[in-house]
Amino acid sequence: MTGVPGSGAPLLEAIDLQVHFPVGGGSLGRGRAFVRAVDGVSFTIERGQTLGLVGESGSGKSTIGLSLLGLVRPTGGRVRLDGEDVDFGRSSLQRLRARTTMVFQDPNASLNPRRSVAASVREPLEIHGLHRGSAARRARVEELLDLVGLSGRFAERYPHELSGGQRQRVGIARALACEPELIILDEPVSSLDVSVQSQIMNLLRRLQGELGLTYLFIAHDLAAVEYMSHRVLVMYLGRIVETATRESLYRSPRHPYTKALLSAIPSAEPGETSAARLLLEGDIPSPISPPSGCRFRTRCPWAIAACAETDPHLEAAGSDGEVACIRADEIAAGAPAALAGTSGA
Amino acid sequence: MSALFELVDFGVQIGTRRGTAHIVNGVDWRVQAGETLAIVGESGSGKSMSVLAATGLVPSPPARFSGQALFRERDLLTMEDRERRRVRGRHIGFVFQEPMTSLNPLLTIGRQMTEAPRQHLDMPSGEARDKAADLLNLVGIPEAAQRLDAYPHQLSGGMRQRVMIAMALMCDPEVLIADEPTTALDVTTQAQILDLVTRLQSQFGMAVVWITHDLGVVADFADQVAVMYAGRIVELAPTSALYRTPGHPYTRGLLDARPRLGETEAELATIPGVPPDPRRLPPGCSFWPRCPYREDPRCETEVPPLREVAPGHLVRSFYSITQRAPRDQEA
Repeated sequence: MTGVPGSGAPLLEAIDLQVHFPVGGGSLGRGRAFVRAVDGVSFTIERGQTLGLVGESGSGKSTIGLSLLGLVRPTGGRVRLDGEDVDFGRSSLQRLRARTTMVFQDPNASLNPRRSVAASVREPLEIHGLHRGSAARRARVEELLDLVGLSGRFAERYPHELSGGQRQRVGIARALACEPELIILDEPVSSLDVSVQSQIMNLLRRLQGELGLTYLFIAHDLAAVEYMSHRVLVMYLGRIVETATRESLYRSPRHPYTKALLSAIPSAEPGETSAARLLLEGDIPSPISPPSGCRFRTRCPWAIAACAETDPHLEAAGSDGEVACIRADEIAAGAPAALAGTSGA
Repeated sequence: MSALFELVDFGVQIGTRRGTAHIVNGVDWRVQAGETLAIVGESGSGKSMSVLAATGLVPSPPARFSGQALFRERDLLTMEDRERRRVRGRHIGFVFQEPMTSLNPLLTIGRQMTEAPRQHLDMPSGEARDKAADLLNLVGIPEAAQRLDAYPHQLSGGMRQRVMIAMALMCDPEVLIADEPTTALDVTTQAQILDLVTRLQSQFGMAVVWITHDLGVVADFADQVAVMYAGRIVELAPTSALYRTPGHPYTRGLLDARPRLGETEAELATIPGVPPDPRRLPPGCSFWPRCPYREDPRCETEVPPLREVAPGHLVRSFYSITQRAPRDQEA
């Protein structure tokens, strides 16, 4: 792995990242509306660690993953990889994509059905001109398949001949081909069967240890995020609402939305669900016209009038976390009443 | 007591160019009014196929069925097509995984919701519309009456799934069949839907058959759980017994494979290998090739019987693993 060992700088830094998409709207571009999919998000990912990114559909979590690779162009803010600004120009992108790769949710859709496993895994080597010569490339492909637990006999097979788990292993082998430092894992296990999910998560953790990889793990399954991540970042409607170490986020969530997410996890055993389950009402609002003030206030059982006026900023909370909620301290000190909207389960 | 809805030695085979696929093999279960039966299994286990075929939603040919699917002691399989459609439309409600593909994008919500009661109950359209609005209200859709004129694309995923549930209830069904209804939804929406169905069930006393790949979803909610593997039930038990003392190696494997909150150090348990090809099922236990516990020589050659290991707790195995610690056994 390249990089400056022991430099202490984060591998990746996103500063006030914005991704706004224009939608429909007025003639000649007047009165155009924007979906603010990612709206001023800052975070860092430390080398060799996993940052978990959770949120519901529409929270902007996948858009962040895509924008870090320039697959959608950020409309504002900065991305720094290893201390260097990424300008998303052609040559900068090429360098970026050798060091940062992605594993997608649906290995069915992300592998070319007409290419053999070997051809799919070889493609990034060809694009980046690595391991030149057919013998060297063949050896590298074999090594990569071995790394993800696929024997050489899979090399000449096609995606339709593989199970979901095997396909996802091919997706991971592809992502590893250029010896990246950072891998963006966008819901890498959510389309797989439970017993296969555990195989893939074990594999990802093992690879991280062996190769010193850094991960951005995007998922909506909170148990999987806890298992995989060192730090966790919770998003709601394009904004970060809370970030903390895994331990403190899961043990003492501070933002009402984080609390609701954690309490919505189905219990692993009957009768384990806490008596006071925090059940959210309604749906995530439209990102075209998010609520004023705190974006979560329309579903928050603790919302008060001030929440509609103040756009809460991330503020330090606990030893190593940040939370964007003007009532966080009050709630942490013992939930105030006014739990309208909470229902027992 | 006879069951409200019951499968007896039910089987589904599909002929393919490369041999007959045995998708569902000798499945027995029963569900009473007010009860929830969860059917759990991974892709290809036959969990959806068993229920959809039993209710006449799988075309034959190409599929062939065996055994019985009894609704109030009447076999849905031997009924006239017309009659089966009537029983299904009138007494059995369905909720599917993907509300976007199960709703017609060209028709309003109201039009789709009123179709079944008008056809099966001869309900006048005004009355059907009122009922639809009531049910939308009941499942928590705001401004229900106006929503009747909305099209599916105007609703969010969670809303559409609520519409599907309301639609399934239009004819006051006695059985509600839910095929992975929350898999495509976010966790907070999933929690809302689970809460909603529990509430509706206690209100209307329906039997619920809940098909899912996720043992976690049903822990709090089902009365009984049937675990399927390679088209067979490998374990059927009251929910708490299944989680506390799983008797089949596969059930145990599934439970151990899930990450548990607060436990992040150890590797997750896995089940090596893949399920067998339904065209070439092993002669003995279908799980034998992957089983970490196998010890009885019969496992390889004979299909193990479903044995009752405790009242109402059936395990398809020649021996009991309930008292054995799995980790000592895994080589």
